[in-house]
Amino acid sequence: MKVYFDHNATTPLHPEVKKEMAEAMDMFGNPSSMHAWGREARANVEDARRRIAAFVGAQDDEIVFVGSGSEANNTVLSLFVCASNMCIPGTKMRSTIITTKIEHPCVLETSECLAHRGARVKFLDVDRYGKVDLDQLADMLGDDVGLVSVMMANNEIGTIQDIETIAKMAHESGAMMHTDAVQAVGKLPVDVQRLGVDFLTISGHKIYGPKGVGALYVKKGTPYCPLIRGGHQERGRRAGTENTLGILGLGKAVDMRAIEMEAEKQLLGDMKAVLKKGIEEQIDDICFNGHPTESLSNTLNVSFPGAEGEAILLYLDLEGIAVSTGSACASGSLDPSHVLLATGVDAERAHGSIRISLGRGSTMQEVEYMLDVLPRTIQRIRNMSTAYIKGGAHAASR
Amino acid sequence: MLQAGEWVYSEKLKEHFMSPKNIMQGENTDEFDGVGMEGNLQCGDQMMVVINVDKEIQVITDCQWKTYGCASAIASTSILSEMVKGMTLDQAFHISPKDVAKELGGLPDNKIHCSVLGDKALRAAINNYYVRNGMEDKVKQEQVKTICQCMSITDHDIEDAVLEGARTYFELQERTKIGTVCGQCKDEAESLLEKFKHIHFGV
Repeated sequence: MKVYFDHNATTPLHPEVKKEMAEAMDMFGNPSSMHAWGREARANVEDARRRIAAFVGAQDDEIVFVGSGSEANNTVLSLFVCASNMCIPGTKMRSTIITTKIEHPCVLETSECLAHRGARVKFLDVDRYGKVDLDQLADMLGDDVGLVSVMMANNEIGTIQDIETIAKMAHESGAMMHTDAVQAVGKLPVDVQRLGVDFLTISGHKIYGPKGVGALYVKKGTPYCPLIRGGHQERGRRAGTENTLGILGLGKAVDMRAIEMEAEKQLLGDMKAVLKKGIEEQIDDICFNGHPTESLSNTLNVSFPGAEGEAILLYLDLEGIAVSTGSACASGSLDPSHVLLATGVDAERAHGSIRISLGRGSTMQEVEYMLDVLPRTIQRIRNMSTAYIKGGAHAASR
Repeated sequence: MLQAGEWVYSEKLKEHFMSPKNIMQGENTDEFDGVGMEGNLQCGDQMMVVINVDKEIQVITDCQWKTYGCASAIASTSILSEMVKGMTLDQAFHISPKDVAKELGGLPDNKIHCSVLGDKALRAAINNYYVRNGMEDKVKQEQVKTICQCMSITDHDIEDAVLEGARTYFELQERTKIGTVCGQCKDEAESLLEKFKHIHFGV
């Protein structure tokens, strides 16, 4: 049996998206051209933009197509270190950026880079469930802060933040608000008006759309400066000939999300509950990571002390099951998941964590297969682990 | 279109990961002649090696293990346990991580450090055997030499940094802060850097 439980990493194309993109393969016109070929491409790009805008409660001209979620995040953060002060007046006075310790690396690494270029960056702590500390945010906010960037839902543990409140706090102190909603859009209702954000990041391939395309919501009237220059595309906001096929795919993906999201959320939530219960009942000494309720219904993160994550991942791979892990060994670095460490989980539990992320194709049969394979996999790894020998770290727990 | 590629690991390593040899059964280490353990769970790798020795001829007759770690950690202890059977204690003491990696058909660079603990644990087990059998004089301590007095960095720290990816003096400094105060150790540190690069990566 082949079981793909890694939908937070990426998703397969929705069949309808595939159909739409296949049909559009011959539409090669440059949307900037004035002739018929160009006008056809332009019409389709603008139609996709309109549907995507509607899906998140934005106006058409507030959506900028970009190459990825990472590019969208880089674009927003990079607005705040411009020395000229010309494009975004006032940013020189407000050169502090507040973000969190659990952001995606494209935010964390960009922030660190910006710190070298003169910005001040402050990182918010999270509690044991991964929720941002709002009191700390209140303390950090001040007239030096230009931007608050907090992800809406975390990719590793699924914890959902109260973006509405955070945006309100940011605005009250005169800062702008960005949320990386890559994992939230298409899984939760997302409305930029209700959230009150100035910037919001969307990615195509997390919602059964194609890779290599994302969208950035920029609230009307918000100062802006492009990351990629040299063309008038996207109203001067992102140079480079539009990825027409990708944009069409993203448009269709959003359409399908609008239809399927609500029912799917319930279904995946039920599967997650079965998984959670099964793991709890069949495997000793485990802990779940992330928020017990305010969490994505498709994401389950669990730690198995005494077992190392890369070994778990690869033994599951041999049985046809795909998951991901917070272990250092699978990432090529020496540190385990920064997200789990930020929630106060110790390094061993982080090394021994796996993330199961369900998706629209997931079935209860797959969940049952997982519950058959996972307990014996953990048993097998723990049997060869030093953790349970006489005098070992977990000797007493058996 | 291409099918799914192979793992980052060699076939040989995959084999040992799928069917590890000589895993110690049970939890009691007292019934073995020598026991050695290295690493810890917080770092993501811990290995224990136990040996039985033919006391007449000082040859390892059995070697079993437990490992907490990734696929290359599991496979490298497994293959190590096969390699040392029939070796004299002296031969076994001189097995290097490079020998283990070679036997496994090579390891990705960022995984070399996962195979280092096995031979360390083996040496600890051999020393433990000497101690238990009244041969303290044969115990060989791992020589540790402080290279950077200011930051208290040893040759082992430099070796670890190389195994973790440091290839230039700058990268070594980034990882260890070596030579960032008085800087007098630079020449010695650079020559050790070259030495460990050569030992572990043949460059």
